[in-house]
Parts: sequence; C-alpha cells; structure tokens
Amino acid sequence: MSWPRLQAIDCDIHPSVPSMRALLPYLDDHWRETVEARGIASLESISYPRHAPLTARPDWRNESGQAATDLVAVRTQLLDHFGVRLAVCNCLYGVQLVFDAYMARAFARAVNDWIAREWLDPEPRLRASIVVPLQDPEFAVEEIERCAPDRRFVQVLVLAMGELPLGRRAYWPVYAAAARHGLPIGIHAGSSYRHPVTSVGWPTTYAEDYASQAQGFQAQLTSLITEGVFRQFPDLKVVLLESGVTWLPAYLWRLGKFWRGLRFEVPWVDRPPHEIVRDQVRLTIQPLDAPADAGVVSRIVEHLRSDAMLLFATDYPHWQFEGDAVLPDGLPADLIEKIAVANPLETYPRLRETA
Amino acid sequence: MMALELRERPVEQTAAAEIIDCDIHPKVRSLEDLRPWLSNRWWDHLQTYGLRSRHGFAKGSPYPKAAPMACRRDAWPASGGEPGSDLELMCEQLLDAYGITLGVLNPLSTGQGDQNAEFSAAMCFATNEWQKAAWTEREPRLRASVLVSYEDGEASRAEIERRAGDPDFAQVLLLSRTAEPLGQKRYWPIYEAATEAGLPVGIHVFGYSGWARSGGWASYYIEEMTEHAASAQAVVASLVFEGVFERFPALKVVLIEAGFGWLAALGWRLDKVWARMRDEVPHVPRPPSAYLSEQLWVTTQPMEEPKIRAHLLDVIEWIGPDRIMFATDYPHWDFDDPGHALALPDKALKRRIMFENARAVYGRG
Amino acid sequence: MARHVVATVAEIPPGARKRVEVEGRPVAIFNVKGEFFALLDRCPHQGASLCQGKLVGLVESTGPGQYRYSRQGEIIRCPWHGWEYDLRTGKSWCEPHRARVRNFPVAIEPGRTLVEGPYVAETFPIRVEDDYVVIDTQPAATTASADRTA
Repeated sequence: MSWPRLQAIDCDIHPSVPSMRALLPYLDDHWRETVEARGIASLESISYPRHAPLTARPDWRNESGQAATDLVAVRTQLLDHFGVRLAVCNCLYGVQLVFDAYMARAFARAVNDWIAREWLDPEPRLRASIVVPLQDPEFAVEEIERCAPDRRFVQVLVLAMGELPLGRRAYWPVYAAAARHGLPIGIHAGSSYRHPVTSVGWPTTYAEDYASQAQGFQAQLTSLITEGVFRQFPDLKVVLLESGVTWLPAYLWRLGKFWRGLRFEVPWVDRPPHEIVRDQVRLTIQPLDAPADAGVVSRIVEHLRSDAMLLFATDYPHWQFEGDAVLPDGLPADLIEKIAVANPLETYPRLRETA
Repeated sequence: MMALELRERPVEQTAAAEIIDCDIHPKVRSLEDLRPWLSNRWWDHLQTYGLRSRHGFAKGSPYPKAAPMACRRDAWPASGGEPGSDLELMCEQLLDAYGITLGVLNPLSTGQGDQNAEFSAAMCFATNEWQKAAWTEREPRLRASVLVSYEDGEASRAEIERRAGDPDFAQVLLLSRTAEPLGQKRYWPIYEAATEAGLPVGIHVFGYSGWARSGGWASYYIEEMTEHAASAQAVVASLVFEGVFERFPALKVVLIEAGFGWLAALGWRLDKVWARMRDEVPHVPRPPSAYLSEQLWVTTQPMEEPKIRAHLLDVIEWIGPDRIMFATDYPHWDFDDPGHALALPDKALKRRIMFENARAVYGRG
Repeated sequence: MARHVVATVAEIPPGARKRVEVEGRPVAIFNVKGEFFALLDRCPHQGASLCQGKLVGLVESTGPGQYRYSRQGEIIRCPWHGWEYDLRTGKSWCEPHRARVRNFPVAIEPGRTLVEGPYVAETFPIRVEDDYVVIDTQPAATTASADRTA
C-alpha cells in the first residue's frame, strides 16, 4: 500500500493524558486544589489497562510503558509513518467515569483545552472530538457550545456503555447541539461502568470486557434507531469508533426482521433499520473482526451493502494490527480510496474546511 | 460497488423428509398441573408469594409482548388453556402438520431463575415430572429437558443426576440471562453433571438476570428481542474465556432461540481478542473458534432474513453447516414455519440443518 | 371477470370474518363496519392464515412519542409475525413495494340478480330473498406482480 499516495484521514487515534499533572494547568484554582488535596490521582479507565497488550503496540510504547503521550512520538509513529493527512484525536481519559457531574464538567473542559493547546495548536494535521460530561446533558451541551467555535473540533465523543441508552430523550439536547454545529456523534468502545459490561453480569476477564464492546454498540444502535433519534435529527451522523464492524450485517438482519413485525411499537421508525444505518451511521475499520482471508473480507464488506459506511482508522496506539497492515486484504482498490478520504470527508463536514 | 439487489422470491418447498424441532414450548394449563409433584410447603409458598423473577411485574413481563403470551394468535386451543398446553393441537399444528420426527421441549415460566433458588429447585423437579407425565409418556416424538435451579450449582447437579439415564430427557436446560455469566465457576457443577450424564446443555434465551444491558435499560420490547443475540454472545464469550469448553471437552452446548447469524463475527472477534490477551487466559490453550466449531450449536429461530439470501449462505458456511439446527419455537409469535423458513436450494445442506445435526447432538431421531 | 358467490351477507355481520375456498385457494373475507374486504388467506411471509390474525387500526407517527391512530379495524396483523396488511390494498405496511397479499374486489349482490346470471359458480346455493358476498378473482385492473404467494 502506497501510504504517501493514499494520504488517508485517520478517524480514530488516542493521544493519552500522561498523568493528572498534565491537566492541572487546565483546571481552575478550586478544582486544581481539589485534585491535589483529595488525592484524585487518575481517571485512567479499566477499559484499557495501561500495560494490557491491546492498549498499546509494543513498538509504540515509551520507556515507562505508555504510548501516545507526546506529540513527537505521534508524529513519528503515526502521522509521518502512515502519511496521514489528518487524524481525529479521541481522548479516552475517563471523564465519563466520574459520578460528580460538576467534577466531570471540570475535567471535560480540562481535557478539551489540553487537546487544543498541546496537540491541535502545534500540529496542523490533528483534529479532535469534544469530550462531553454526559453525566448531565445540560453540561454536555454547554461544553459543545464552548468548544464548537474552534473548527478543529470535528465530533462529539461519548462511550459505548454509559448510564442510559444513548437513544433516550434525556440526551436529545446533546444531539440537537451537535447537529446544529455539524458535529457527528462519535461512540467509542469503552464503558463508564454504571452497569456490568454484559447483560448477564460482570465477567471475569478483560478479554471478555473488550469482546463485549461489540454488544455495547449493538445495544446503542438499537436504542438510537428505535427511540427515533435518526428521525428526530435527520442531519445527524453517528460514527461507531473501534466497534469491530463485522457484527453489523447479521445484527441488521435481526433488527430488520423484528421491525417488520413490531413496527407498531415504535411507529416513528418509518423505514427499515438498514436504510437508516446506511444513511446516518459510519464505522471505523480498526479493528475489523475478520480472518486474514481476502475472500472472506470482501464478502463481509459486501454484506454491508454500502460503500459509504467505512472510515479509515489506525486506532493508534491500540494494538490492532502488525506493521503497516491497517487495511486488510480483500478490499477493492476503489473502495480503499473511499475509505481513506471520501467517506471521512463526507462524514465530518468540518474536515472539508481545511483538508 | 453496490451489490446487486436481487428481488428474490422465497423458494416454497415442501418440508424435508425428516425434521427435528429443537425448540417447542409446552405450557401448563395452570400451575395446578404441577401440584402432584410439589410438597405442601412449596405449593403453599407458590400460592402465597407466587413466582418472583428479578423484575418487578407480578404478572406478565417487563417488556409487553407483541401478542398475548407471546404466542401465535392461531395457537389458542379451543379447549381452553394457553397455547402449548394442548397436546392434540400441538400434534395437529406442528408434529403432524410438518412431519416432525422429534421435538425437544423447553418449558418456560415455571420457576426457573426464581429469586428463591430452593423454591426454584422444587418447581424444576415438578416441571420435569410434569414433562414426562403430560408429554413424553403420551407422545413418543417428544423429548423433555432437565430444568434446574441454575443459580444453585449443587442443587442443579442433584436434579441432573436424578434424570441421568432417563431416555425421555434430551438435554439440560438453562436460561441465558443468569446472575453471572454462565462460564463462571459457580455453574460448573452443571457442566460436570451434564457431561457425566451424557446430556447436552441447552441455553435458551430469557430469564431475568436483574442486570440492564451494558448501556442501561431498554425502553421497548423490540430492543429486548434484538438484545437476546447480544446476551448470547456474552454467554459464549464467558464459556470460552472461563475455559468451560477446555475443561469439559465432551460438553455440548446448544444456544436456543438467539438466531445464529451473529456467530461468525463473534468467533472472529473472540479469536482476535484471545490472540492479543493470551497471557490473561492461559487456561484457554486453543483459539475460541476451535471450541465453537466442536462444542457449540445454535438453533435457527428466529431465522435471520437478509434481503439477499446469498448472504445468509455465506454466514452458514462461515459458522459451519454442522453447527446449525432447526427450531420452530412453537407456539410463539415469531415461530419459524418448517416449510418456508429455511429456503435452501442445497438439499443436502437443508437436511443437515433440519435433521442430521440435531440427531448427532441429541443422539436419537 | 371471474365472479364467485362465497357467502350470504348475513353470515358475516360487521366485525366478523369467514374463510372460504375459491378456485382451490383460501380466501379470508372480513366485514369492517359494513364494508367487505377479501384477501388471499396466506401471508406472503411464511404462509400463515391471515383470517386468524388481529384486526387493528393503523398507527402512524409524526415523530418520536407521537401516535396517530386511524382506520380502526382496517389493518390485519398476521397471527404469526405481526406483519400488517391494509385490507383495502393488500399492501404490507412496512414494505409496500416488496410484500403484498392478493386482495379481491368485493361486491354485494341481491339474490335475484344472481339467480339468472353466470355467477352461480362454485355451487353456492342462491336464494332470491338474500344478499350475497361476491368476489372477483380476475378484475380488469389487477396488476400481474401483485400475487407473491401463488
């Protein structure tokens, strides 16, 4: 694959907050003192244990075992190496874990300001998602309004596993604000652990936790569709970030079949679910849960029945592929072009402004 | 790049020569039917306190069904009683109508998963006796399932041992939404006893774990029904990563009424996760898909219906044509008709799914 | 035109329905508030008898949480998977272009007009004093692609 020629747009990278100290300059006096006086040492989430193999590819870790904590590393390992023209930063520092909504608001602000100052300012190839404190939808709206004037913020970031299903009316002001500003909603793998990661309780292993994220996406998509979010906000796009992708076709067959018999329960869902998803949902391609078999990959992509749905992403620094194998074998060349550039530009209107 | 959209008509075929139906739901006419096998203590308890699942509704279900009792509207017996309670009507509408060779009974709503595990064990015993007296001893084409109070591993073991060797019972039956994921150690006495008895373990969707979905409680029945596939995926991941398949290599697990289209993608995802997190699960020496291809089966219903039928054939190929077993889910509303549901041009494949795979699992037919 | 006498009007009062056989095919006749409808009694999905389904109203919506209810009793919901068919057109509510059940024009004819005409087919006994339900299995305007169940 000719990386410089492709000049892909990477729709999912994870600059990492190295420690709480990094955020202190972005907290006001009260919160800075709170963090220090109460010993709030970290908001790292168990969704990505620091030293777990998935959390960072070995060649991307620094001496202390962390990855993507400094811009030099991200430039060298990702932007320059893959010839990426633009990359969207999705910061996964666990703001969503916090129970105190006021504290969550303060941390969300701090993370977004840290991203803007220390990543977007010095590196013109970077864009970012707005981390929002969904603990209180009003606060989330305020944060969107605060960050949206900075056109380098291109998306609103939420997690696949929160407190209420994302389709609920309580969150609609957030979608209204996002739609108003031309910002897709990015749902990223990970949990705020308000509920166990499965509907059958807390698993034993991290392997199960990570595997269960695909089910989290399924539940959220069902909620968004059946609650009518896509109808209420016809201009809204939702991006599934790091979802695994290949669960989608069979899931839509199942939901579509039930819709035909249960339409009367949710009569505002006035068209088949797969059409809604084709029009308003996008998915990043790493990880792509498929065997290393070009034939299988090309067929599973056909099952999606749309060439507009997939978005290029490395999921850097998560360890999803070896070497440069970010695109699996089996994707047609013209589809690769769309995945790398056209689909991301179509999905994120703000990327077109300086692409 | 758009795939050609074929306006395909369902291929109407006559039912295959032999059919094993892996999911039939018999119903008591009333809980009085269980009285002969309940002690006074537990009969009185049932009358006074009723069935108590991990949800709030004293009657009915948390998510109202599409139709009364979640049943086909044409399956209500003229003799009174709920759908599934009348053997004659079941023969007329199902066994005789489609030439069913063998049907596996999966009774629901008789106390399995009750908050009171001891009471649940009593109800399971009574239901198991009732299955014989009211069903398998009257109709040779039917086989029963060993219901167990699954949250109590040792009580479950005792019930399985009681039924071991009785040819009327085809499998042990669990429900999918348990208090903890089914791979966890507290449930291992069930797998041990089932394996010793040579019985597959069927895991049927439903039950009430008391947990919401990972992102919170659904609003609608359509969400709940869609989610059964997801909780089945969680159950499979648990069985794999806890090492249940590894520890019990003779164990056969059947996932019932969760559909099957999702299994290929799940296998691929679990393989990738296992390869990456090998050091977390040293007790799982083989890739998950290896266990799934040897020890897991899925029933067809509710059969996924992609617009392009060839896509379903892809998925069947990826899962493995020997993994899939036909089920009607009679008398529920989302029943799959044996004459229509599985429209496969490949007759040999159809026979495997309609009959041979289940014969291999359940050992008779 | 192929017109068949299938019932007396008195046999199917308002709110009632009847399953008959016409040209070897099952047909469901419904009387909704005095108006008669006839559908091929086979759901295009998996062949269930629509005559055993639930007659409901039409629930539409202008948006989430809005339920606009109309046409009470004019929609038949299949007794199995709940697919909804419009009695007037036979069209599936969810997929009007892909799934449709054959429907037949229905007329009420007084007995005296039937006794002498060519309509005394299917050996249905006619009394001059009664009114009869007559369906037409080959109306001029039938579209060829409609029948998904033959």
